[in-house]
Amino acid sequence: MASAQAQEALKNSNDQVPKTASVKNLLLGNVRSYGIYLALVLVIIIFQILTGGRLLYPNNVVALFQQNAYVLIAAIGMLMIIIGTHIDLSVGSVVAFIGGVGAFAMKNWGMNWMVAILFMIVIGLLIGCWHGFWIAYVGVPAFVTTLGGMLIFRGLATVVAGESIPLQSEPFRAIAKDYLPNILGFWGPFDGLTIVVGVLAMALVIWMQIRKRSRAIKNGTLVEPTAWIALKCILAVLGIGFVTYLFATSGNANVGGIPIVLVIIGVLVAVYWFVLNRMVFGRDIYAVGGNRKAAVLSGIDTKMVDFKIFLNMGFLTAVAAIITLSRLASATASTGMEFEMDAIAACFIGGAAVAGGVGTIPGAMVGALIMGVLNQGLSIMGADAAIVKTIKGLVVIAAVAYDLVSKKKKG
Amino acid sequence: MPNQQDVILEMRHITKRFGPVTALEDVNISVNRGEIFSLCGENGAGKSTMMNVLSGVYPYGSYEGDIVYDGRTCQFKTIRDSEKLGIVIIHQELALVPYMTIAQNIFLGNPIKKGIFVDDREQRRVAKSVMDAVGLDENPDTLISNIGVGKQQLVEIAKALTKNVKLLILDEPTAALNDEDSEKLLQLIDRLRREQGITSIIISHKLNEIAESADKVQVIRDGHTISHFDINAQHPLDQDALIRDMVGRSLTNRYPMHASTIGKEIFRVEHWKVHHPLDEDRLIANDVSFNVRAGEIVGLAGLVGAGRTETAMSIFGRQYGTGATGKLFVEGEEVKFPNVGAAIDHGFAYATEDRKVYGLNLLASIKENTSMANFKALSHYGVIDRNREVRIAEKYRSEFRIKAPSIDVPAGNLSGGNQQKVVLAKWVSASPKVLILDEPTRGIDVGAKYEIYEIIDQLADSGSAVVIISSELPELLGICDRIYTMSQGVITACRDVEGTNQEELMRYMTGSQRMGFSETFA
Repeated sequence: MASAQAQEALKNSNDQVPKTASVKNLLLGNVRSYGIYLALVLVIIIFQILTGGRLLYPNNVVALFQQNAYVLIAAIGMLMIIIGTHIDLSVGSVVAFIGGVGAFAMKNWGMNWMVAILFMIVIGLLIGCWHGFWIAYVGVPAFVTTLGGMLIFRGLATVVAGESIPLQSEPFRAIAKDYLPNILGFWGPFDGLTIVVGVLAMALVIWMQIRKRSRAIKNGTLVEPTAWIALKCILAVLGIGFVTYLFATSGNANVGGIPIVLVIIGVLVAVYWFVLNRMVFGRDIYAVGGNRKAAVLSGIDTKMVDFKIFLNMGFLTAVAAIITLSRLASATASTGMEFEMDAIAACFIGGAAVAGGVGTIPGAMVGALIMGVLNQGLSIMGADAAIVKTIKGLVVIAAVAYDLVSKKKKG
Repeated sequence: MPNQQDVILEMRHITKRFGPVTALEDVNISVNRGEIFSLCGENGAGKSTMMNVLSGVYPYGSYEGDIVYDGRTCQFKTIRDSEKLGIVIIHQELALVPYMTIAQNIFLGNPIKKGIFVDDREQRRVAKSVMDAVGLDENPDTLISNIGVGKQQLVEIAKALTKNVKLLILDEPTAALNDEDSEKLLQLIDRLRREQGITSIIISHKLNEIAESADKVQVIRDGHTISHFDINAQHPLDQDALIRDMVGRSLTNRYPMHASTIGKEIFRVEHWKVHHPLDEDRLIANDVSFNVRAGEIVGLAGLVGAGRTETAMSIFGRQYGTGATGKLFVEGEEVKFPNVGAAIDHGFAYATEDRKVYGLNLLASIKENTSMANFKALSHYGVIDRNREVRIAEKYRSEFRIKAPSIDVPAGNLSGGNQQKVVLAKWVSASPKVLILDEPTRGIDVGAKYEIYEIIDQLADSGSAVVIISSELPELLGICDRIYTMSQGVITACRDVEGTNQEELMRYMTGSQRMGFSETFA
């Protein structure tokens, strides 16, 4: 049979020489996905100059992550929702409500801080079920459901924490402001643990690139040229090395190193990257967002997918609430205003498509960091909060406009 | 005999090309004032293209030839130009806004104004008078969504009357109507002719309706005008002659040589009924029964509106219509498919007619589309086995000769034929027992068609049962073992490919007599 012969021929050719993609094609084909990293680097350089080098003071970098942890975390959940063609407007209100309930339970019921964390996560999951039920099984559009949720949970937050509730638990407060203990001591000015983790991260990146290459050769798919892989590895090592240096020298003479929130963010990013790229659930989300009708006709339970992405958002919102409560050290009814907008903006800056079906976790994270750097840089420069907001708004529009224009050019 | 004074419309030497495809070639028609003129032909013969040329949907300059209307040569640039002269076309998909009133729809895009305001009262008054003229007894303030399809059709005609219509073109006006509403509509068209002298051109598949209502029938085939018949009391329509002229498409495609090894029955449908999703009184599939055996390729032939796709969709996990009843048997055991997942679990696959809307995630890669319906086999505890996924996608890329630099290319970047191959890869990789293919070669070039026929043959040889829905009779005759014909929701015949021909099939495709239940199964 002709096709079998063709296949055989193809196989033979695979055995002999791995097919290699050209560096030029890789660069051109991935302008959008690499462009976002370039944009982040550019923004950092600009503010590094404008702030006279203060942006990248180690302690400022730590603060950048501590202050923007909620955006990074909420953006993960929001990304999955946006890929699935939905939206969640309730994040800020839910953060206030969950924070209020957690603080209330610890203060008035004397709840242990660890139990309180579990309790807050359970409430987050219940709220996720609530939204998911209306959206997936009743068919109320997510915009309407979560608009309702935004009002409901802001209202309930006011009931619970109309008067601000102080957070007394020291270990709970440590989450947002402390570092991992320096179990390896200080090596000169550096935190030993940070150095070790940094080196391990570099090794991991290189190992993953090598594994990807050998897998491609084995399966006979397109192989990236060695120079390209080397370039990526060098850039990654330089980047990780620089960040490691910053964290290793952060803090003061007694404490410093890796902030706890960074560990939480790192774990969440890794887990969710795996879910979106390697698990059926992730594929289902992209399929539902890319073409809902085709997904239904391929046997995907689209309602269940909708339900799960909101259930998941409930979990991540609870994590954001825990970190926010920890950082502010008190719960108030007005906590978390516009958190959802920051998360949505991060996704769009990071290349998620308004119409759904497109978006990546690294993109959304970089989108969140771009906004964080803008925030941080402008506030170091002493800019007014109103100006910061205006500039953030312009950046969101510019990012999506760039996306559309570059797509049109492509044809 | 066409009298020079009587001719209202002549289309002379019309040729229309879409890129390399010639849709119409040297078409000539002549319509007399005050007659009911019918255009007849298979799906894709060029009827709608012709009417789009006439009404200005395809502007002057995009086709060759002349349109002479009312003694003047016309060069319509838009639909508005033709409407100004009283030519109004009513498309099969009605152009009404469901959540606006009848009166508002009648004056949509053409409102009666008082200064800068819409004059609602005057609109309602005029609407009422044209509604009376078409026999539509409704309040002009009723929402379109609250009236049935039959009445919606009348709203379209009422709308045409407000434009001082002289030549009314109706594309499949009765396709969505029940017998009673169809009858009323045809009477109305006849009345408009007698009372207001309105000439009508009707595009229709229903030969008995044509025989009853039309004065003249023009047959089109493959973009050519083939023949015309005058109908009057002395000369009733010779339906057999008409069918002979409609079919007989040239066998332009080659078909691979294939001898099927037919095994035992795999799938059987008995008394399947499904109702229209909006109009629950209308049966789209009316007591449909058929079966298909291992290794067999069975065709489902029918014209637009016969209900083939709807039947398949409703069987495949209730994806169409309401109130589906009937029995399904897989290998002798009765099964129920409450959703698509259940159908897939029983080894079913359905490659849809419209691959861009229902078949593919155009944003996702070839690889991701290929594995989309097959995750149960490709994952452990929800984690995708990427090595297997890549190997399977690569296997089908090379086996089906999908032309793409890699399996990571988005499906949206592929040509139609290659997209169709990805759809096939998606379903074939799930190793289905029963594969339903809906118009598998629509919009695909000849070379790719041949490759798709080969894939279908291979699949049947591996023991799957294949059902093919196609509008191209030569294609069905070329690749099937057995063909069912369907017309107006009813299975009208079942024929072995040896011993049947296009004329016979077309006769059953335009008939409405249900075949006996006992003869249905092979």
